[in-house]
Amino acid sequence: MTQFPFLSVVALSPFVAAVIILMLPKERGENARMIALGTALLGLILSVYMYVDYLSNLPPSGLPWPDTLAFVEEYAWVPSLGINYIVGVDGLSLTLVLLTSIVGVGGVMISWSIDDRPREFMAFFMLLVAGVQGVFVAVDAFLLFFFYEVAVLPMYVMIVIWGWKERREYAAMKLTLYILIGSFISLIAFLVLYFKLPDLGIESTFDMRVWSEANFASAIQIRWFMPLFIGFAILAGMFPFHNWSPDGHVAAPTAVSMIHAGVLMKLGAYAAMRMGIQFLPEGAVYWMPFIIILTTINVVYGSLVAMRQTDLKYMIGYSSVSHMGLVTMGFATMSMLGFTGAGIQMVSHGLMTAMFFACVGMIYDRAHSRDMNKLSGMMKMFPWVTVAFIVASLVSMGMPGLSGFIAEFPIFLGVWEGGDLNLTGTIFGLNPASFYPIVAIIIVLGIITTAAYLLRATQSVFFGNYDADKWHDMRPILALDKIVLVSFSVILIVIGVLPSVIAPIVESGVQPVLMRVQEAQAGYTVFDSVHAIAMTVIQWFGGA
Amino acid sequence: MTPSISLENVLAILPDLALLVLLIAVIVYNGLIADDDDRRNVGLVTAWGAAIILFGMLLLAFIYPDYSMQPTLHWGGMVVAGPVTLSFRAMFLIALMLTALLSLDVPELQRGSYFALLITATIGFDMMAASADLIMLLVALETASISLYLLVGFNTRSRRSTEAGIKYFVYGAFASAIMMYGMSLLYGVTGSTNIAVIGTMVGNAFAGVVPVEIISLLLVSAVMLVAGFAFKVSAVPFHFWTPDAYEGAPTVVTGFLSTASKAAGFAVFFRVFSAGVFGYPEPGRASWAWWAMLVAMCILTMVLGNFLAIWQQDIKRMLAYSSIAQAGYIMMGLVALLKSQGDDVPSAAGGGAAIFYLLMYVFTNIAAFGIIVLVSRKSNSTQMKDFYGLSRRSPWLALAMLVALLSLGGIPPTAGFFGKFFIFQAAVEADLWWLAAIGILNAFVALFYYLTVVKYIYLYRSDDDDVRITVSRAAGVGLAITIVAVLYLGIFANSAYTWAIEAAQNFVQF
Repeated sequence: MTQFPFLSVVALSPFVAAVIILMLPKERGENARMIALGTALLGLILSVYMYVDYLSNLPPSGLPWPDTLAFVEEYAWVPSLGINYIVGVDGLSLTLVLLTSIVGVGGVMISWSIDDRPREFMAFFMLLVAGVQGVFVAVDAFLLFFFYEVAVLPMYVMIVIWGWKERREYAAMKLTLYILIGSFISLIAFLVLYFKLPDLGIESTFDMRVWSEANFASAIQIRWFMPLFIGFAILAGMFPFHNWSPDGHVAAPTAVSMIHAGVLMKLGAYAAMRMGIQFLPEGAVYWMPFIIILTTINVVYGSLVAMRQTDLKYMIGYSSVSHMGLVTMGFATMSMLGFTGAGIQMVSHGLMTAMFFACVGMIYDRAHSRDMNKLSGMMKMFPWVTVAFIVASLVSMGMPGLSGFIAEFPIFLGVWEGGDLNLTGTIFGLNPASFYPIVAIIIVLGIITTAAYLLRATQSVFFGNYDADKWHDMRPILALDKIVLVSFSVILIVIGVLPSVIAPIVESGVQPVLMRVQEAQAGYTVFDSVHAIAMTVIQWFGGA
Repeated sequence: MTPSISLENVLAILPDLALLVLLIAVIVYNGLIADDDDRRNVGLVTAWGAAIILFGMLLLAFIYPDYSMQPTLHWGGMVVAGPVTLSFRAMFLIALMLTALLSLDVPELQRGSYFALLITATIGFDMMAASADLIMLLVALETASISLYLLVGFNTRSRRSTEAGIKYFVYGAFASAIMMYGMSLLYGVTGSTNIAVIGTMVGNAFAGVVPVEIISLLLVSAVMLVAGFAFKVSAVPFHFWTPDAYEGAPTVVTGFLSTASKAAGFAVFFRVFSAGVFGYPEPGRASWAWWAMLVAMCILTMVLGNFLAIWQQDIKRMLAYSSIAQAGYIMMGLVALLKSQGDDVPSAAGGGAAIFYLLMYVFTNIAAFGIIVLVSRKSNSTQMKDFYGLSRRSPWLALAMLVALLSLGGIPPTAGFFGKFFIFQAAVEADLWWLAAIGILNAFVALFYYLTVVKYIYLYRSDDDDVRITVSRAAGVGLAITIVAVLYLGIFANSAYTWAIEAAQNFVQF
């Protein structure tokens, strides 16, 4: 029985829509919006169907990754190089596909009122959605890379054309170059891995199902893990390569900020996890204590910088860096709790940040300012936006009963436990696992900072005096905007109250990756190497 | 061996004979035209002729697969037919057809001699790709070069064009002379001008004990041949003519020069070096020296081309430097192929990747230059500012330019992505991952200046935003072909790549 090609439709229909939109005559920009919305809704319906279907019969735990994939489609593409068009989803990627669909629909609705070349805007937006969906559904490393690159370019064009006038050229170029250099670094790494497959007696292929069962030699894993992981993690806003992200967020038009912070950064985290941790588990175990240091800086530094901002969008941009740090940290704990937390955090952060940017965008479009010191009393004019902003803030602070809690709490627990890993390496007698609790304490401080800057922003922007003279030409927000805000808030609350709609499916998705990591528990970490080098240096000085 | 005229011999050069017929037809037809208004038809005849020859050649190859897939020597070992020849001939014919189509709207090029020269140059390229003998190679290369000198300086009313023609001629003649001297040394050492024969002899020589004088003669000869070829493909340090010639030449000619001529240069580059005329690179042997030189040139070509392109204010000059950088990527295919030929199990990946790359480059670059022709016709200059606000003046041209630039930059879903991917893949396979890394970093630098042009097109405004750009039907068809081909190769790369790899097997087994 041939199955309906769900994933191909989800990933490729936006492509088709983009082409159709570009073919429309110039006068019919209105149709472009309808086509875009229709495509986005189609994607959403299919994703929801797949999600419910997968959730209702989850694969039993303990299965290797290839067996957990559903909705698999396979066609030859460049067979002589082992490149195939293979798509399929597991619990984690399906969740992210659903997230992308939701944010995609929201993005189209939010940008309904764009009137500078709406055709081109919608076409590029559809291309962006296609690229992102493609990465999540790809089960072929080449295909993943292909879609990854497809997703980058529309970002550039959209920021440059529809972005914030003062910074757009700089920000767009910076963002594109950062992301592309990351993906190129990863490309080298995965090409090397591709040619190492024959050493393991496997024919060279880009099929990730084969990769997920290959055990590369330790030396290769350790050498190539960092390029592969960091290359993708740049897109997840990993310190010290996070710098493009706030600039990009700020300069982007609202819908692009939403997709960018809501989904695109997850793309980086997802690819880093899939390609890096899953295929090179020993490399992951070796490097993780180092990565956890980087992510700690991410979380704390991100929120401290956010605290200093007066521009609302910059504040959310840095806050987003800080929260993405939690995702990478969840992966770096290498425990079930941490992984699941990271997976849910991707969704929670995606919706929450998308909503933040939607709120700020709505205010900025009308007040023409994002400066916290200039805005005040906005609740009078925008009661809906105020409520949405407060919901997002509470999610961001990890308030129980909202999705942020479900996501962040397991990550803290995972860090506190020091992972389930048995790390044997020592540096000057200290086991790397012993500093995990310290990390947990430090990042909790980061959360407190988050509460501080978000409450301050809410207070100064939405409350206080409303200057009716200054804002005399203010218009209320559209019905479509309200739909977006309400549905996003509802989802965030539902996840918080009923974690069972998401936690099991994410768990089933991260389970196989975790199994790989646990099998690879060599316990030999970067600290051993540092220790060894340090001892050599000390001995050398001592001897001299 | 006495040359005898057999069916196979005729088949081997049939496309060239057909081009010769086309050339005569164009000259005669041009003579018959009295009214200047009908001069356009000369170009149409050229384009249709090229298309028919291309189609016929592919049909013939399809009917006689043996003829197309086996490399065979003809005309007393002068000409080699086979898939490599066929692939390159297809590129040249495509380039000729598209160039002829895009030339139709340029008033100063509406002369019979222009189209005749285009055809002559194509014949020269064809024979370069088909040559199996140094003498043949030289004659073919000169045929092509002399036509190109004239084409570059064709616009005699423009000082820039004339200057470019002279510059190109002086450099070209000098490079040819050096190459010829290198060939004479090679002949002096081996006593043969046949590339395959020389390859076998030198290969044996390197395997045994060779006097150091012979080795040094061979190395000197290798350097001289590289100089000649590197000039044709504009690789650093023989690239100095490129920006000036590209900028000064009529824009359509620049498109032709940067694609067909480069492809022809690479055809002989691959042909000669992969035949083992100077042995194969193996560490510790003298042949390692010239290979290392090629690697150094490859890196320099990529780096210099890309970094100099960043600063250009004239789009033709920018694309000139970009084409230098592109030559570097193709050279990476060459060095990967040569390195793997020294291995026990040679792999044709480098050659196949280069053939694919050149094919996609023909489409992409002709598209880019074709758009420049259309855009710059009004303003009569090719500064970057002429491209400001192009998306408002002509959304379709802007989109086409976007696709072309993305393909040059190697972003999917365009052919350039696969082109670069195959090249880097071949380099990593030949255990040159560090070279691939340098290439990838360069591709990244290149994106900066390609995206800058995208920015000019879509973001910047110009004073004549409302001046629509009219595209004639011929130019429209030409551009549509290129863009569709770029997108097609960018999504369904398989058939072309499989063909290229099979063809490239002949580099390995030649």
